[in-house]
Amino acid sequence: MNHILPLLVGIPLGMSVINLILSKASKRISDVIAPLAVLAVAVLSFYLLGTETTAYWMGGWYPPFGITLLYDGLTSLLLIVVNTVAFLAIFYSISYMEKYTSKPKFYSLFLLMLAGMNGVVITGDLFNMFVFLEIASIASYALVGFGVEHEELEASFKYLILGSFASTMILLGIALTYAMTGTVNMADAATMLQSIPASKTMAFAAGAFIMGFALKSGLVPFHAWLPDAHPSAPAPVSAMLSGVLIKAIGVYAMLRVIFNVLGPTAINLNIMVVLGALSMAVGGFLALGQNDMKRMLAYSSISQIGYIVMAFGLGTHLGFIAGLFHLFNHAAFKSLLFLSSGAIEHATGTKDLRRLGGLSGKLPVTTTTTIAGALSISGVPPFNGFFSKLLIIIACVSAGRWFLAALAATISVVTLIYFFKMMRFSLFGELPAKLQKIREVPFPMAFSLIALSVICLAVGIAYFVGPTFSELFLEPGANVLLDGLKNNAANYISSVLGG
Amino acid sequence: MNNIRELSKDESSGMTIIVKTISRLVLSFILLFGFYIILYGHITPGGGFAGGVILSISYVLLMLAFGSKVALAKLSNFWASMLDNLGALAFIVIGFLGLTGGYFMTNFIWHGHPGQLISAGIIPLCNIAIAIKVSAALYAIFIGLSIYGRIVTEEEK
Repeated sequence: MNHILPLLVGIPLGMSVINLILSKASKRISDVIAPLAVLAVAVLSFYLLGTETTAYWMGGWYPPFGITLLYDGLTSLLLIVVNTVAFLAIFYSISYMEKYTSKPKFYSLFLLMLAGMNGVVITGDLFNMFVFLEIASIASYALVGFGVEHEELEASFKYLILGSFASTMILLGIALTYAMTGTVNMADAATMLQSIPASKTMAFAAGAFIMGFALKSGLVPFHAWLPDAHPSAPAPVSAMLSGVLIKAIGVYAMLRVIFNVLGPTAINLNIMVVLGALSMAVGGFLALGQNDMKRMLAYSSISQIGYIVMAFGLGTHLGFIAGLFHLFNHAAFKSLLFLSSGAIEHATGTKDLRRLGGLSGKLPVTTTTTIAGALSISGVPPFNGFFSKLLIIIACVSAGRWFLAALAATISVVTLIYFFKMMRFSLFGELPAKLQKIREVPFPMAFSLIALSVICLAVGIAYFVGPTFSELFLEPGANVLLDGLKNNAANYISSVLGG
Repeated sequence: MNNIRELSKDESSGMTIIVKTISRLVLSFILLFGFYIILYGHITPGGGFAGGVILSISYVLLMLAFGSKVALAKLSNFWASMLDNLGALAFIVIGFLGLTGGYFMTNFIWHGHPGQLISAGIIPLCNIAIAIKVSAALYAIFIGLSIYGRIVTEEEK
């Protein structure tokens, strides 16, 4: 029994409330307690790394009656990704959010979103997952519209409608699963489903689940909300949404449900491959034509999420490793790029590439970090993106999917092209007359940018140097998925039901 | 209190005298019914959420019948927001106190006999915390809907 597991949800949830109470006395307190709360959760998630698979029974109610929390290899990777990015994003927002009026409310919503994401990651119960998914989603709807300008509210409303539709679909899937099995505990439902013959009801439930999670993770053709919502949000929120939210409540939840509950049948895996490949291609080509910096990054997120989902859909050990590695890397470089674009917007007041240029002389730190992020995502060695994309292509080849390998390589070139476009129009060239007086960003923003750039570089080198990184972060997660693929999730079921 | 009584006599705000008189009669019963639903939540249908909604309805009725000044003098938006947070905090604190019984959210208090009012350990306490949270939050949402308006630009005038 590990009492840290409920704290991962309890600390951010409790602090979001305490923060609002204390902020009525002094607004400055929020700047201290909110980042400290996220730091505490991030430290706890690193502390848990390497612990063996454990289940936690909420309130002492044993499964399948009570809510079970589960910590395993896949959880450990996601917890570290979510909480590290969250800490750097909230530290960045100490100075970035100065221009908005109610900073304490921002921190509280941010902490609620984090509590929801951590909840989705550690829960072992379908309905509990839905509840946490809604906490994270509703907090993110509010955060997208935080600027309360016309464009932001429109994006937030669009996200709200489509996100609620996704949630309804997921709830429908849960309801059908409950109708067929009589339980909402994931492990118990998996056992029941293995003992009854395949039915049309469960096929429909699988469709509802996949559609809901695909909408939450912004896969083509369910991506309509993402290019509006992600650029409209304040930069740290964009970094959270693109960097971790679509992975925690989209890709991760999809993996859990498919590999541990429904079973990874050939149809489910092929749907993942098709959705992934489609997003990868469409997102990449749509990003080429964008002139708004953050919008380009949002389309790029669709493309990169496509890589990740496609790699998981291959259904091989190498595919799982590649997918998890790219998931990890994408969280690092996409949040870095969004925070960098926020820094550029903070310094210059615009994110329109046509009005920018020549920033490299004025903003040395932001320029360096933007280049680091762009090189990582385009797959230039020795940055981390190179290794994960290479792994994905190798995984496609070894699975005999030559077309997918060629497509992944082509889109990688397209990625390089649009990031060159972004760097050419923002960092290099001539500095417009209006932007002569801009200054470098303050310390908290610079710290987060540099930390994420270092992560991008260090992870690439660490993976290249030795197997330690892979053994520590990627192998345990891949083993969980492999257990679902080869072993009917037997280890998962025994660790949840056995305690 | 005096101030509220004077404000409620102000005929320019709120609805007609008929609505005001009837509201004055039923308000306390709605409030009482809300408390009943909350306190008996663990042994009869209902609970913190349903009771909290009923409590907030009594304040909403007050605001509709007598105008926002009277309702805000009874419970200001500051305290609505504060109670909202305190209710949520109370629930989380109960969850953490459960650790003394071995797990997060354990029912660590004496359970009593099923069917009696004082029974079921922490469940009535959770219901009360939820009721505070829900009633204050719904009332705060209603305040938000009623006291904030759109800024009318010069052109529209």
